Amino acid sequence: MGRKLLLEHINVPGINTFEVYRKQGGYASVEKALKTLTPDAIVEEVKKSGLRGRGGAGFPTGMKWSFLAKPEGVARYLVCNADESEPGTFKDRYLMTHIPHLLIEGMIVSSFALGAHASYIYVRGEMMPQIRILERAIAEAKNAGFLGKNILGTGYDLELYVQPGGGAYICGEETALLESLEGKRGNPRIKPPFPAIAGLYGCPTVVNNVESIAAVVPIINEGGEEYAKIGVGRSTGTKLISAGGNLKNPGVYEIELGLSCEEFLYSDEYCGGIANGKRLKAVVAGGSSVPILPANLFLKTINNEPRLMSYESLSDGGFATGTMLGSGGFIAFDEDQCIVRNTWNFARFYHHESCGQCSPCREGTGWMEKVLHRLENGHGKMSDMDLLVDVSKKIEGNTICPLGDAAAWPVASAIRHFRDEFEWHVTNASEAVTRNFGLAHYADPLTKAEAV
Amino acid sequence: MKVTIDGISIDVEPGTSILNAARQIGGDIVPPAMCYYSKLAGSGGKCRTCLVKVSKGSEKDPRPMPKLVASCRTTVMDGMEVQNITSPEVLEARKGVVEMLLINHPLDCPICDQAGECDLQNLGFEHGSAKTRYEFDRRTFNRIDIGDKIQLHMTRCILCYRCVFTADQITDHRIHGILNRGDHSEISTYIKAAVDNDFSGNVIDVCPVGALTDKTFRFKNRVWFTKPVEAHRDCDHEKCNGKVTLWYKGEDVLRVTARKDVYGEVEEFICNTCRFDKKKTSDWVIEGPRKVANWSVQSANHYETLHPLPVLKTNPALIEANKEQFERETRL
Repeated sequence: MGRKLLLEHINVPGINTFEVYRKQGGYASVEKALKTLTPDAIVEEVKKSGLRGRGGAGFPTGMKWSFLAKPEGVARYLVCNADESEPGTFKDRYLMTHIPHLLIEGMIVSSFALGAHASYIYVRGEMMPQIRILERAIAEAKNAGFLGKNILGTGYDLELYVQPGGGAYICGEETALLESLEGKRGNPRIKPPFPAIAGLYGCPTVVNNVESIAAVVPIINEGGEEYAKIGVGRSTGTKLISAGGNLKNPGVYEIELGLSCEEFLYSDEYCGGIANGKRLKAVVAGGSSVPILPANLFLKTINNEPRLMSYESLSDGGFATGTMLGSGGFIAFDEDQCIVRNTWNFARFYHHESCGQCSPCREGTGWMEKVLHRLENGHGKMSDMDLLVDVSKKIEGNTICPLGDAAAWPVASAIRHFRDEFEWHVTNASEAVTRNFGLAHYADPLTKAEAV
Repeated sequence: MKVTIDGISIDVEPGTSILNAARQIGGDIVPPAMCYYSKLAGSGGKCRTCLVKVSKGSEKDPRPMPKLVASCRTTVMDGMEVQNITSPEVLEARKGVVEMLLINHPLDCPICDQAGECDLQNLGFEHGSAKTRYEFDRRTFNRIDIGDKIQLHMTRCILCYRCVFTADQITDHRIHGILNRGDHSEISTYIKAAVDNDFSGNVIDVCPVGALTDKTFRFKNRVWFTKPVEAHRDCDHEKCNGKVTLWYKGEDVLRVTARKDVYGEVEEFICNTCRFDKKKTSDWVIEGPRKVANWSVQSANHYETLHPLPVLKTNPALIEANKEQFERETRL
């Protein structure tokens, strides 16, 4: 049984209200931080904890905070990125729905650490219930004196605002989020300058994921070193994984990083295996934008070591045989799922969500979607696979923001690992529209890599 | 600050972009730019044709940059080393970008007024491939008139945002912008409002393709049949100094544009009166012929720069037949 830091009290009735949350020891970190710690000490504590950004990129949070420029007389902002719209990821929504005060507590501590006096939670527009929940929680916290002027008599002022977005995936990219928050079209900015230098309204800004900010609470409560003991290597602490797809028990799980993939997938404590007694075919380990892996490569790395749920182990093997932890959107596919159809679906999503600012992503995502649509519907050609790989290479790395990469990786990896299924869609076109390719050899034990 | 581009070193001011440093060197090593416009603040970074490889970050931090960078928006560091045409990776990426720009472009150059002075045409000629791999319908839009002098043909647009920046910075207010997103996005006015401003005509000059065209010139002539002449007039608009290029066909001024430099950027923006209403020679003081680069198709009609074709030089019979042309070349 792994330790739960964020979701420890999730099953306490009424935990979404201030009274119950406070009774369970909530807001202790605010008292500790504001009364006994200096802002720099909090940043140091977060650095020591080794907390890495939970939004997808995995950049160390403490490092990000220490990069924040601190010019005299210029406001600084903390913005919480709750624009969670990656297909397969729903951990932030779960956290905000059931335990909103954890986020607010984390926001207060983090804002204090960064010296921000106005902080924003940018919530995706579709999450209207969560916006109401957060606003209610903010009002409760304000009534209890944890927000507003002179918090707990320490002289620290903080206003917290919830800003609904328009529901665009691109606004989850931090600079696009800031543009949108400023009331402009949500186009990503060209970096540099990075938000730590010139972010919201040209002021130094830190943008953090909901889960990263929530994780600051246990770090302050227990101390950074204590937090760093959980996990493995440079992947410290716990992570929320939103498990979906053909699982017996889909849902949001808090795992200690370093849990083995096999245990996460098959133990009854977590996902409980594949639903309806079927076999696992493929896994998207961290949300739609990370490379997809066949079952055998997901459970074992290419060197035949068991794969762990951690930043390093999942990316073991690079893009050739590895994937990424990403934002923790875990999607399992059973033997009846069609990888071509799924890849097309992802490509369709990225085509729809590309902002249209830079040409490779704007034109390339649409092109890939059209080719995949043709393949899925039995009009494909053998040359299409090479074309897709080539187009994805032309997009990858050549765009302003990571959406281009996110659109290219799933397509490139699907063709890398499931090429025979794609080819079968061309050679057996009429059959492919009526039945699926099946499991084939995707769960076979890995053969030793041949020395070249 | 010293920066080396493709092995050529130059000292530039701090804060200069790689692209501008390359332009100071000049020649083949200048990356092409479809969306960057030096006169418009905030432009650039979108089209990705100017991608270059930074093989050495700076003297202090010699690590190379992990990805190709947009040279128009990356400032130089002291001791930076940049590879443009010497890096196969850059040429490959640029070829990819050109392909992407062209997949939804109608390629209607034979009936497009921009043909002959089109940045995309030049770019495609230099970096594109002869055949497309794109086998689907291209996106199309209806033509709309924005104001009585400008026509917008979104089908040809490559979404460089230059006209949006122009309207933002040159005119006193902007009523057009980008609607929608992804490959559905389009330049449009808000509910067909007419663009009506003294400087609105400049959006035609900044457009790198034929998406925004001058309605007073549409289908009048091909640019390579016209003769550019530099001229000026005393313009009473306080922000316009009346320095233009007149495009003659015989006796008639077919169109008036701002003076464009070798990178297709205007030297100074001109007002709509100069551009649309003054089309008589008597309105202008003629300064002299406009220099046109001899790689440009526009110079095809200017015999002083037309050299005999190489094929003529190998055959004595042809040399004899084209004697006059060879004599002219040696005389000049």
